[in-house]
Amino acid sequence: MVLNCKHVWDWISGYLDDTLPLETRKFVQNHLDHCEICSAILDSTRNILILTADELIFQLPVGFSERLHARLDQEMTG
Amino acid sequence: MIAAILAGDTQLYHQLIQPYERSVYMMALSYMKNEADAEDVAQEAFLKAFHHLASFRSESKFSTWLVGIALNEARSRLRRDGVLRMDSLDDTREDGGHVSPAVLRDWREVPSEALQRKEVRQMLQKAITGLPEKYREVFILRDVEEMNVFETAAALSITVANVKVRLHRARLMLQKQLSPVLKNINPKRGWIPWF
Repeated sequence: MVLNCKHVWDWISGYLDDTLPLETRKFVQNHLDHCEICSAILDSTRNILILTADELIFQLPVGFSERLHARLDQEMTG
Repeated sequence: MIAAILAGDTQLYHQLIQPYERSVYMMALSYMKNEADAEDVAQEAFLKAFHHLASFRSESKFSTWLVGIALNEARSRLRRDGVLRMDSLDDTREDGGHVSPAVLRDWREVPSEALQRKEVRQMLQKAITGLPEKYREVFILRDVEEMNVFETAAALSITVANVKVRLHRARLMLQKQLSPVLKNINPKRGWIPWF
């Protein structure tokens, strides 16, 4: 099996989630060990996922819970 | 707790939904794209869930059920307003859906402290909310709300295979859009000039 960068790009998400079959993962790992471009793509994707998962990115509006529970109270008892 | 609520102790409903407020709001926001409409959809979803609590089946997760209600509420509003479009049901095919990442030669990690800056947070928010709908909803449930692939598939009524394909494409779309910009960030000094 010959791997090129485009094959590896298709497996980046599976590699990050650790869901690739063992043999595929080994091939990808071997490619990453020798390809600075794919390593940079993987590192940047992983970095971006860490940043986008941060709770600072999307926060509940101020007072969201209070308004929600006040409305629930109103409707549940009404 | 659900049995007690159905038996009449409705105040317990406040406690029941507290852990899911953010997930339901995020699902609504991924559709409505503005905070006020998203909050309204989230409130309606929690109300509908309360009124239909007897129909909840314990074999599914409560969070998945709630998010599904929020999704239906958001979609029905958008449909009512004439802005909902139908996406292809089959994303496992190869044609037309390939996404290539931004090609880089190296990557210097952007630390989370960069998120203290409003412009960085807004850039990331914009990139996520700007994803096409079918990629955005999967990305938010999987990578922002950290649902697993099975919960995500159940909440969106799509296959696990489609969750994986859409998530992969969403991640590469974000890498393609954000990495060329993020690589010019210096977390301590601000933006490094392009030239």
